[in-house]
Amino acid sequence: MNAQITPLRTPAEARLIDQFRASKAALPGNAAVALRREEAFATFAAGGLPTRRVEAWHYTDLRALMREARPWAPPPDASTVAAVRAQLDAEGPSDSVRLVIIDGVFVPEASDLDRLPAGVQVSSLAAALAEGRAAVVQHLAGPEIAQGDMAFALNAAFMRDGVVVEVAPHTDVRALVRIVNHRTATTATASAARALVLVGASATVTIIEEHVGEAGEPTQTNDALQFTLGDRARVEHVSIQRLPPGALCIATVTADLGARATFNSFAFSVGASVARRQLFVRCGGHAKTALGGVSLLNARQHGDTTLVVDHTAPAGESRERFKHIIDDEAVGIFQGKVIVRRGAQKTDGGMKSNALLLSEAAAMNNRPELEIFADDVICGHGATCGALDDNQLFYLMARGLPRQEAEALLLEAFAGEALDQVADEGLREVLMRHVREWLAARAASLPQSGFEPVGPAERGIIGNRDRTEA
Amino acid sequence: MLEIENLHVQVGGKAILNGVDLKVEAGEVAAIMGPNGSGKSTLSYVVAGREDYTVTQGEVRLDGDNILELEPNERAAKGLFLAFQYPLEIPGVATMTFFKAAMNAQRKHRGEPELDMPDFLRRVRAAAKQLGIEQEMLKRPLNVGFSGGEKKRMEILQMALLEPRCAILDETDSGLDIDALRIVAKGVNALRAKDRAFLVITHYQRLLDHIVPDTVHVMSGGRIVRSGGPELAKELEARGYRGYAEERTTDEIASAGAK
Repeated sequence: MNAQITPLRTPAEARLIDQFRASKAALPGNAAVALRREEAFATFAAGGLPTRRVEAWHYTDLRALMREARPWAPPPDASTVAAVRAQLDAEGPSDSVRLVIIDGVFVPEASDLDRLPAGVQVSSLAAALAEGRAAVVQHLAGPEIAQGDMAFALNAAFMRDGVVVEVAPHTDVRALVRIVNHRTATTATASAARALVLVGASATVTIIEEHVGEAGEPTQTNDALQFTLGDRARVEHVSIQRLPPGALCIATVTADLGARATFNSFAFSVGASVARRQLFVRCGGHAKTALGGVSLLNARQHGDTTLVVDHTAPAGESRERFKHIIDDEAVGIFQGKVIVRRGAQKTDGGMKSNALLLSEAAAMNNRPELEIFADDVICGHGATCGALDDNQLFYLMARGLPRQEAEALLLEAFAGEALDQVADEGLREVLMRHVREWLAARAASLPQSGFEPVGPAERGIIGNRDRTEA
Repeated sequence: MLEIENLHVQVGGKAILNGVDLKVEAGEVAAIMGPNGSGKSTLSYVVAGREDYTVTQGEVRLDGDNILELEPNERAAKGLFLAFQYPLEIPGVATMTFFKAAMNAQRKHRGEPELDMPDFLRRVRAAAKQLGIEQEMLKRPLNVGFSGGEKKRMEILQMALLEPRCAILDETDSGLDIDALRIVAKGVNALRAKDRAFLVITHYQRLLDHIVPDTVHVMSGGRIVRSGGPELAKELEARGYRGYAEERTTDEIASAGAK
């Protein structure tokens, strides 16, 4: 006998269902894409927003964190585009090429389409979906391990636009390619952009993915970035998330690695009230991936990094190195799962998570997981979580450094070690500057005597927080 | 210069120092010797301002001011320096960055101008050369991967750069071979000056052949039990600490009986 279970819908879920019904006809894509959207939405509708009962979302109960589904952001108007463009231009000249997405919509006039490096083609995702371009549509599903994820499915159902970046085989792209996801916040809106980066065999490219936005109303962002790497291709990916307080940001990254391909991805995450970053990486034979990141969390921020690496062929190598600095009442999460399929012999995997907790109320959840179905592999994981080392602090202070300066030096060193994973020196310096800014703001908020920081609860937060898990 | 008066210290409710009295004058090199567990290292940590110790009685004065209420960095700025028995490795902190931060923090605290880069580099190079420290070592993160001897030389280098008024050397000889010991001792002797005091803590007399003290104090059971000149060190080397260790046991029996 089959028991019919009708889950109770939260207001947010009910709203998403209404939104999909109302907007699906207007969302870009040919019949094949429309069918994919329906299927993706059915995946979501069957399970609803993930709760703690969904293993991969155990520490980020989206149903509790997302009380409301915001209306979808309208396309940016001319004055918004001009303002964002002016702001990006003010960063000054650089050898990078930027592709700008505002509130989920690709904006060619703010992008550097006129000076794309040789061998690089860019088009809007909406156009590619409308045409039903096979090369794009076939990659939308992503690797097997990403299929079934609720956030990724929601993005697949609602994605309005984004970019497709194609790098021709054997091209060595020197210029950094920036994908800037800018969120406006004059009203509380939602957005879902998707970017595809299709890298031909033996090509090399560096992609910088930025999630930034202005302070204002609480926004919801559910973006996805998909990489497909041909054999021996090499991608350096750096993600920078600096959204304002109040924002909820889910960013999914998928990567499908051909044989002997290399995918290095580093995430610097400092903003948003709720940030969930998820990575799904499939490694072909002899493929290598190094995933890393540093998250700086304070106030009542919630920062979740969840990743799955799937070794489907022999002799792959994966490394995960994540660091968290957590202050006030913030919560950090690292979940890493490495799967080694039967036949993926000689896989070499290593996972490490280190967290520094700067206050009594700060919390870190670590969950490493190995699923190994081959018998000749090397896989390991380790996690540490604790306060700054008192002995190191005393040593520095005994040489004359005031406590705050000593702490800042140790914290900078901790973050700096993680930043060493970023290959591009200029980028490393930019990120180090963000770290120093964060530390300076922390020092400024601490009274000289070193009492507990004041006023963390006054900084923004979405919905009611449920943080009983440890 | 450094005056320790009736200092009583507990760690986790256990009495470690039981009324230490000690004076070290400007220009003096005083040695403290004693068996393991007599409280020598505790004394150095308490004077430098480490947190986990509870001072239940007594005072530590530097140039007449009680420093027990000061943070470790404030004591350092007043001219106190502790050369650690086990210098810490600080991954990710560049040695030179740290040196500059420490020197300037102390100068700032004293209201002196910060060092400019050429002046700073000149000082480091000169001091490093004297201690046989390669420039390569200075390019590494602080103490990371250094041998015991290298770490001790880096401590003396920092002492030379910070020019303290009163330096405490906590078992600086431990883990050193004879060549390293000579280099370290030479570095210390070069810093001996009329207006500077040293407190050299050691278990063995060996170090005192190279850094000849003006006074020698024997510590046992958490207090100074005997004081004398350099000849006292020789006597200890010949006789060992046995007599003093017994005295400590007697103390413990007495304190246990009092409870």
